[in-house]
Amino acid sequence: MEQTMNMSKTTAEPAFDVNSSALADRRVDGTVGKIRVDNPRMSTTDVDVYYGDKHAIQNVSLDIGQNEVVAMIGPSGCGKSTFLRCLNRMNDTVAGCKVTGTLLLDKEDIYDPKIDVVPLRVRVGMVFQKPNPFPKSIYENVAYGPRIHGLITSNADLDEIVETSLKKAGLWEEVKDRMDQPGTGLSGGQQQRLCIARTIAVSPEVILMDEPCSALDPIATAKIEELIDELREQFTIAIVTHSMQQAARVSQRTAYFHLGKLVEVGETNQIFTAPKHKLTEDYITGRFG
Amino acid sequence: MADSPQKLRTIDIVERNLKKRYHAERRFRLFGLLAVVTGLMFVSALFFDIINKGHGAFLQTFIQLDVELTAADIDPQGSRDPEVLRKADYMGLVKQSMREMYPEVTGRSGRRDLYAIPSSGANLYLRDLVLSNPELVGTRQQIWVPADDDIDVFNKGGSTDIETETGRGIASPSGASGEISVMTTTNSFTPILAEVKENLAAQAAELQRDMKRLESSLVSLDASIVEMDQQIEQAQNTNPGHLQDLQNAREDQVNQRELNRAEIERLSARAEDKLKRADTPGGEEKLSSDLPSYLLKINGGLVKVDRVSNVGIFGRVLLPLDSANEAGDGNWQLLTLETPEDDRRMKDQMIAWGLKLQDQGRMEKRFNTTFFTAGDSREPELAGIGGAFIGSMLTLAVTLLLSFPIGVAAAVYLEEFAPKNRWTDIIEVNINNLAAVPSIVFGLLGLAVFINFFGMPRSAPLVGGVVLTLMTLPTIIIASRAALKSVPPSIREAALGVGASPLQTVTHHVLPLAMPGMLTGTIIGMAQALGETAPLLMIGMVAFVVDLPGGVFDPSTVLPVQIYLWADSPERAFVEKTSAAIMVLLAFLITMNALAVYLRKKFERRW
Amino acid sequence: MALAYQLGLKRSVASAGGHASIRHLHSLPSYYGAYAALWCGLPALLVLGFWTAFEGNIVTSVLIGYLPEAVQQTDPQRLNLILNDIKNLAGGNIVSANVDPAMQQAAASYQDLLSISAAAKTVVVLALGILGTLWAWKRISPKFRARNAVEKTVNIFLIVCSSIAILTTLGIVLSVLFESIRFFGKVPFMDFVFGLEWSPQTSIRADQVGSTGAFGAIPLFAGTLLIALIAMIVAVPIGLMSAIFMAEYAGPKFRAVAKPVLEVLAGVPTVVYGFFAALTVAPLFRDLGDAMGLAVSSESALAAGAVMGIMIIPFISSLSDDVINAVPQSMRDGSYALGATKSETVRRVIIPAALPGIVGGILLAVSRAIGETMIVVMAAGLSANLTANPLEAVTTVTVQIVTLLVGDQEFDSAKTLAAFALGLMLFVVTLVLNIIALRVVRKYREQYE
Repeated sequence: MEQTMNMSKTTAEPAFDVNSSALADRRVDGTVGKIRVDNPRMSTTDVDVYYGDKHAIQNVSLDIGQNEVVAMIGPSGCGKSTFLRCLNRMNDTVAGCKVTGTLLLDKEDIYDPKIDVVPLRVRVGMVFQKPNPFPKSIYENVAYGPRIHGLITSNADLDEIVETSLKKAGLWEEVKDRMDQPGTGLSGGQQQRLCIARTIAVSPEVILMDEPCSALDPIATAKIEELIDELREQFTIAIVTHSMQQAARVSQRTAYFHLGKLVEVGETNQIFTAPKHKLTEDYITGRFG
Repeated sequence: MADSPQKLRTIDIVERNLKKRYHAERRFRLFGLLAVVTGLMFVSALFFDIINKGHGAFLQTFIQLDVELTAADIDPQGSRDPEVLRKADYMGLVKQSMREMYPEVTGRSGRRDLYAIPSSGANLYLRDLVLSNPELVGTRQQIWVPADDDIDVFNKGGSTDIETETGRGIASPSGASGEISVMTTTNSFTPILAEVKENLAAQAAELQRDMKRLESSLVSLDASIVEMDQQIEQAQNTNPGHLQDLQNAREDQVNQRELNRAEIERLSARAEDKLKRADTPGGEEKLSSDLPSYLLKINGGLVKVDRVSNVGIFGRVLLPLDSANEAGDGNWQLLTLETPEDDRRMKDQMIAWGLKLQDQGRMEKRFNTTFFTAGDSREPELAGIGGAFIGSMLTLAVTLLLSFPIGVAAAVYLEEFAPKNRWTDIIEVNINNLAAVPSIVFGLLGLAVFINFFGMPRSAPLVGGVVLTLMTLPTIIIASRAALKSVPPSIREAALGVGASPLQTVTHHVLPLAMPGMLTGTIIGMAQALGETAPLLMIGMVAFVVDLPGGVFDPSTVLPVQIYLWADSPERAFVEKTSAAIMVLLAFLITMNALAVYLRKKFERRW
Repeated sequence: MALAYQLGLKRSVASAGGHASIRHLHSLPSYYGAYAALWCGLPALLVLGFWTAFEGNIVTSVLIGYLPEAVQQTDPQRLNLILNDIKNLAGGNIVSANVDPAMQQAAASYQDLLSISAAAKTVVVLALGILGTLWAWKRISPKFRARNAVEKTVNIFLIVCSSIAILTTLGIVLSVLFESIRFFGKVPFMDFVFGLEWSPQTSIRADQVGSTGAFGAIPLFAGTLLIALIAMIVAVPIGLMSAIFMAEYAGPKFRAVAKPVLEVLAGVPTVVYGFFAALTVAPLFRDLGDAMGLAVSSESALAAGAVMGIMIIPFISSLSDDVINAVPQSMRDGSYALGATKSETVRRVIIPAALPGIVGGILLAVSRAIGETMIVVMAAGLSANLTANPLEAVTTVTVQIVTLLVGDQEFDSAKTLAAFALGLMLFVVTLVLNIIALRVVRKYREQYE
């Protein structure tokens, strides 16, 4: 992953120059570090989110680069999950939620009224905190996306998609003999991988993961982390995690959120070895969290 | 990126299908909305129908009679003894007054119709009046008495629409009473004649349709006869025993064919005759009772049109004319009673009398107090929901007194004290199942156990209350348990912590907090009991009860059962009463449910 | 009892040595009062209850003993009539038969018996009350654990109350079963369950009771099912779709108005639906049928079924609403995150997930439709037609129970007993449906809790 500084092609304010001075890494509103990347898949600028009266996210700008894993860490309630849910407009389903700012996917504003959420969500898939397989068979769980989107013309196509998706999710060997059993009968880790398989079955470009391992045991977690590393080759991944170790293990860049603000962004190594912001340092060293 | 083209393809496919999917989405949403709207429409249709049918019952038609309270009839001895006054023949006085009002009516059947105008309970009004003012005896009084239900329906516009048209030209009647003819100088009656002819044409068409049907049956009869001939031929060789049956059957068919042919002939002749009359303009036609009735209002009288031509009518006088003088242009009217006489209970003569009463200002609608105070009656104008209402209240009182304490006690035991074992499991499953047992089964229980085995009185609110108690108990227990469950354990722990006994904890702390929830459940249970009919039918609360019940042992009926009984009555006026009774019942139920909702909202607490 | 309470209270205070030393008592004074009141009231009330319950039967049997031999030998029905006359005579009412001196005498002795019984009752009850109070009075002392004694009594009362549900079920089963067994003694069980003809009226002939009437219940079952089916066809789509619309699509304002209005349908008494069906819907269907050239009976199964369906709509919709809301939000999120539209999510994820609950709800609704009485009594027919044509009149189990039992009955004619046999069928079928449905719904809830 290239982390060299570059001009942000999408920055809203031309006056703002991230390279200009010693303060290059510090933005006016407080985000420390390089928020922009060379070839962003998604790029957000000045995002604010309100739940009714509550100002949940304040002025967050962040790029998610092609084929990289961005980890979002921070104490509970800091808005990292909320930010993640903005990226495929899952917040639309929450009553009273308002999102402002610019969120671009391949330079297209995803909150543009002309943009349809259905194709958006096909391109930006999501895996949730708690494994949520549908109460259907394993096969039907994976086939659900291709079926509703009409991606397949024959049963053979579908079989193939299901098989490759499950293989990519590393679940194929474990379930190939019991495809017609309910997905809810799998173990927690298997369920989560099933959900990942379900997500990649519609060939998304970006996968959002909201604490995908928080409900899993260490062995299942390790498997998912391994999987994330493999998936990076094909997909762009944004992952919210509670575990700093996990962020350190799977991500290339890490963003630290605090009380609805993005405090610091940087290469994962740098964040964990030499955080620039006091809050990040306190969090990393375990003074609070 | 190796699979980039494939990804592009994916999104393209998605975009391509999008329109169709959004179409399906909108369709689905529309179905949902349609379902809700249909449901709402059912609600409004139900309420509109009931209110539309029932609002009239809150008013009742009274007629004013000039009654001669002759001393000789009421109190020949002049003692003014209430016993004597009570027993006098007031109906005779009412009839006398009716005769005076319509002196032209003679003959038994005419008189009988006339006496049917005031309610058959009118004498009671007279009696009560005289009893409270004995000095009225010997005077002539104008007294308002309730009208018969048919008159009531007529006065509320329920028996027929009446259209009035001012007559043009000069109309000259041939007499003032009996059968007369009225000729005019214009073609005033052309529309009537046209309508009669239209009707003739329609009748002819009807006959022709019947003919067609018969003709087509002739074809199939022919076919089946041919078939039978073949069968007979076969049977002659193979199955001689069956032959006779077949021949008989064939004979029947042939006879049938002859009958049909004759019938077709007859129909054809009738249809032709009618068609001819319909097609020839002018002439004179007879009106039939399946057509609207036409009344001629002239010189203060009414003539019913029997035969009609373009310029004149021939008919029977319903109300005598003042004179046989000519009536000038605009001084006479033609009334059309839209509903044919065949389709209504009020015949033309009665309507004529009713119209006269209306013209004289002797008929008016008043607020119907009888409906709220009286018991049941065979006469719609005398029937009321008072008895049923008291019955309902008595039954409900018994139900409440039994079901509330028992229900709350059972809920408290199950929720607070019961050990978790098989027995309480059984009780729990049992309660849930009882809540879904058809109510009529509770009626069977009441009949077999309370009436047959314990020998309790039939039709008594006591038994009704006990049966309804058993029926509503599950509802109350389930609601009370939910209320107890919602009280947080911390409250119990706090009370137990300061040394209260479990029973004290429950009575001092848990019960007061759970009480609103329990009351809500009880009110809903009571509403259910108030609307229940089927189990009460079983225990004989369908009796015809005229008197107001005075206690829980008296035979009585309840509102829903009264509704059921009235709904079965043939009189049209009872439809109105039934709907009004439903309105009263629904008002109570809605109030009770609203109260329950209010209680729940007010005491809703989040712990 | 109030007196006993006061006595107990005073006694406890006195035994402790006045108000100042109340704390020496084991329990609060009011518990001693309650204890005394319970001893005063409970035994007396129990005796009073039993006495009243059995007074009638005992007096009657004594009365029968007074009657002339000849009368005693007559069959039970006539005897009953005579007894009724005597009672009416004693009550000063008009009686049907001619009054002979023997009856006059019987009536007089009946009145005597009643007054003796009443007097004895008063004496016994009062005596018991006083004895109970005295007993309690003797036992009250500072060491006596009055609270525990009172609480134990209350506990027993609570247990009795909660057992009433069991007693009710037992009562239903026993009463219906007992009469049904008598019925099946007259009409073979197989004839009843599989017979194709139902005409109970022909069996009244006194000389051959039970031998002529046809008691084949199949037409009734068929009619019941036909009407229930029509009701379900009306109620399930409308109820289910409106529940889905309310839960997934409607805005909070629309929901706040539409939901309670729809629920009004659930609060309307069935007799009102019956009236609506019989006087509005049935004529409407008949006229519509006439206009289309169809012969629609004025008591068509269609009218009764359609109105029953309207009644059941809120039932289905509120049950479906519950189960749809019980489907976790994470299921919806999972589907939306894949780019599914709302309707796809509902049809392919939520409904399959909620299906057991919905099926359970529908089963409960079917049980309700089968047991519903007033709508069919008022709007469906009386004659047992074995037909699947919804435009014709059919009759149902509940209609027959009502027609057989309303009015005068003799408790040993097959006709009356048949109603109980039908009641048994109804009870068993609805019970089985309910048990299955409740179990399905409970399993479903546990799955998501």
